[in-house]
Amino acid sequence: MTELQTAPVPRRNMELLLLLLSLVVGMGAYYLVGVNSDDGLSSEFITQGLVLVGLALVFHIALRIWAQYADPVILPVTVAINGIGLAMIHRIDLAKNTDTAMRQIMWTGVAMVIAMIALWAIRDHRVLRKFTYIALAASVVLLLLPLIPKVGVIINGARIWVNFFGLSFQPGELAKITLAIFFAGYLSSNRELILLAGRKIGPLQLPRARDLGPMIVAWMVSIGVLVVQRDLGSSILFFGLFMVMIYVATARVSWIAIGTLMLAAGGTFAYLTMSHVTRRIDGWIHAFDPDIYHAQGGSRQIVEGLFGLANGGLVGTGLGEGTPYRVPLANSDMIIASLGEELGLIGLSAIVLLYLILISRGLRAALGSRDSFGKLLATGFSFTLALQCFVVIGGVTRLIPLTGLTTPFMAAGGSSLLSNWVIVALLLLISHNSRRPMISGVSATAEVATKAPRRSGGIFATRKETQR
Amino acid sequence: MNQAIRNTWIAVMVLFVLCLGALSYVQFFAAKDLNANPLNNRQLFRDFDLPRGAILVDGKPIAESVPTDGQFKYQRVYTDPELYSHLTGFYSLANGSTQLESVMNPELTGKSQDQFFDRLVNLFSGKENEGASVELTIDPELQKFVYDLIPEGTRGSIIVSEPKTGNILAMASKPSYDTNLLAVHSTTKAAENMKKVLAENPNLSPYRNPALFNTMNPGSSFKILDLVAGLESGNYNADTVLKNPEKITDPVKMSNFNEGICASRSEATLEFIVAQSCNTPFALMSKELGPEPFENVTERFGFGQQLNIPLPVQPSIFPPNMTPADLALASIGGSEVMTTAMQMNMVAMGIANDGVIMEPNLVKQVMAPDLRVLSSSEPKEFSTATTKEVADQVTDLMRGSVKSGTSMRAAVPGLDIAAKTGTADLNLDSGVVNSWITGFAPADDPEVAVTIAFERIDYPTGSSLTSPNMKKILEAVFNQ
Repeated sequence: MTELQTAPVPRRNMELLLLLLSLVVGMGAYYLVGVNSDDGLSSEFITQGLVLVGLALVFHIALRIWAQYADPVILPVTVAINGIGLAMIHRIDLAKNTDTAMRQIMWTGVAMVIAMIALWAIRDHRVLRKFTYIALAASVVLLLLPLIPKVGVIINGARIWVNFFGLSFQPGELAKITLAIFFAGYLSSNRELILLAGRKIGPLQLPRARDLGPMIVAWMVSIGVLVVQRDLGSSILFFGLFMVMIYVATARVSWIAIGTLMLAAGGTFAYLTMSHVTRRIDGWIHAFDPDIYHAQGGSRQIVEGLFGLANGGLVGTGLGEGTPYRVPLANSDMIIASLGEELGLIGLSAIVLLYLILISRGLRAALGSRDSFGKLLATGFSFTLALQCFVVIGGVTRLIPLTGLTTPFMAAGGSSLLSNWVIVALLLLISHNSRRPMISGVSATAEVATKAPRRSGGIFATRKETQR
Repeated sequence: MNQAIRNTWIAVMVLFVLCLGALSYVQFFAAKDLNANPLNNRQLFRDFDLPRGAILVDGKPIAESVPTDGQFKYQRVYTDPELYSHLTGFYSLANGSTQLESVMNPELTGKSQDQFFDRLVNLFSGKENEGASVELTIDPELQKFVYDLIPEGTRGSIIVSEPKTGNILAMASKPSYDTNLLAVHSTTKAAENMKKVLAENPNLSPYRNPALFNTMNPGSSFKILDLVAGLESGNYNADTVLKNPEKITDPVKMSNFNEGICASRSEATLEFIVAQSCNTPFALMSKELGPEPFENVTERFGFGQQLNIPLPVQPSIFPPNMTPADLALASIGGSEVMTTAMQMNMVAMGIANDGVIMEPNLVKQVMAPDLRVLSSSEPKEFSTATTKEVADQVTDLMRGSVKSGTSMRAAVPGLDIAAKTGTADLNLDSGVVNSWITGFAPADDPEVAVTIAFERIDYPTGSSLTSPNMKKILEAVFNQ
């Protein structure tokens, strides 16, 4: 693990530089949308733009205070993606005469403030390990909330929303954080037991049921509830989260094999028994069949998305010059198609690479983390983001069936923004703790949790620490 | 644990490579197919938001795009829609686009080759691509005149063309319809209107121009082509005396249609036979010549060929290798000989223009938005249908039809007219026929070729609508 040792340099100035660059990208996109519209540049460019710039800079300062060794790339990349998404939502607004962008910037603000509060309150991710079972309970509550009469509402056929004071929210989005905390906490405590105890049948080492029991229950609850709520995308997401974390904890490929079989069985069962899954699969395979295209809930959405992508081609129509609003849900589920149409393959590939950078930095934080809880948590979060990107882009390009997952940081929707920003805050904290100078005397290679300087408070204290 | 995290990163890389591969496939390799997919109407929607060029007659628009606040930025508006419906067609999202709106779409949207440079300039100046205007060869007054000559409720077409250039001066048909009704933006309204238009006129197809697309038996007007075949063989001339039996049974059972005049002579000169349009001599002629000369002549006059004027013209049919019986029926424009009004107009144009048929043409010029002429049509030869000598002799024989024969009611005092009528008995119980006249004037120096065709009409009405209307048209053209 020697290669993981990095010089303890905060690199906040590098972050500021990158942040300014990413603000130029995001605001540039917003500017182009404005000047290419019929009405010219609107005042929203100034107001919403300033809000984004302000939020990003405040977040940067928060990192300087509470997590100064955090990875310098994660925040700028996230801000860039968020900014581009905002520009596209604004662009669809202009075409449809709606005002989603204002809601989106407000949610971005709320999400970033809560992420900053998380930075301040948690300071060291290992604190979360204490909440392993509380996180499980919270996950169950969050997932069950939409099923409660009057609180839960059905939107687009999925019962995954709750309504509080007129605000609709998807609690399942937060459940992916609490579930990841539970999985990480449980697996980091019990991985030896899971690994060593139990019977060996052929090449497979099966753990004792009681060691794996809570995991299976957690997994079944999440999948079961989601089948009831008819949200296919989240099912895949939770399943992937479960798989990757148990794989990282045990390093056993056999788990992947078992998991894949379970996925195949579950998928076949869902296809055969659940009408909305059947419809999705049929709409995927026979997308261009005119009957299925015109059918209610048929393949119109995905086919229109494909037409949009094709219309964009290699270089795109230019922001504000295409017709992405012709695709249903152009600013949420299908925002990738909208971006592909106006920015082209080149622009969209750049965005995909931004995601890849973000996820790679998250996994880098996992590698660098000095405790198995942090490793598991960072891997789980990073893989969640990767899986979301894959499910969305694969769905839009007809690589896999289309499911209703959100594109992280881009798609219009507050719950997804909020949970993903909290994930970013936690990744930043994990990377801060892995890159932070260590207290002397403790082996750098030991996978033992170092004592975190709880409430070490700000720049000065840490500097003193480094001088020791 | 770290190795597992690295493996996870590799798995993430695989997922992202798959994503990038899928995007490359959709946006680059399959883009062309997706753009051409019949379900894809993005291009169409884009076009509906662009200023489309006008269709003009005599400098005035009969179809133009007017800015509107509706679903799209422009609405297509037609002036005198019934008059021009079969020429302009309509431009509609729900009903598709037809006729010139469809055929001239590249010019009207500014996407033709001629407008490449303008597009390039617009690309850099950021200006919208504007479509070019298309000016027709149609004479609006003549068009209105001939349109009004076709009574409501009949199925008729009238074509007036210039034999020396091929330019079409008037082309009108009934039943007609209001193109504005079918060009509305709302798809439900457009579909409703389509139903309404079809319900009002069961005989109407809004997707076909009857003058160019309806093929029917030409009746005796086909005898012009018999004459060309006969005269070319060298066995016949105007003074040749032919047998004119009232009835024959070989090669097929046939009698002379106009009892009385034809029946008065059992032998007659070709001149008399043509003027009175006797049938049996032509049946005997077909028996003597065999099918080959007829196949040659009809092909030279344009049968069996797809023509774009630039509206597509349905090829007229003269079936090959006919039996003598069928050939005899074909020689008087029956059997399976089917022609469009346009084809019979081309026959008149060819005879008029010393045997050379000029390609029929509806578009005079294409003009850029700044009125620069992008392209203008030059008269083109379609074919040399026959020699000048044969054409001159046929002209003489057709003069006889107007002077003293079946086309007498087309005569205009002081005007030298050559014409040939036709009545195709459809052998239906209802006794309906196709009524024809095709001809040109002045016969020695032709300025116009006129073809009038009525489909499925009773004989007296049909004959009162052909020759007398030709007279009216020629009077209008020559101000007499």
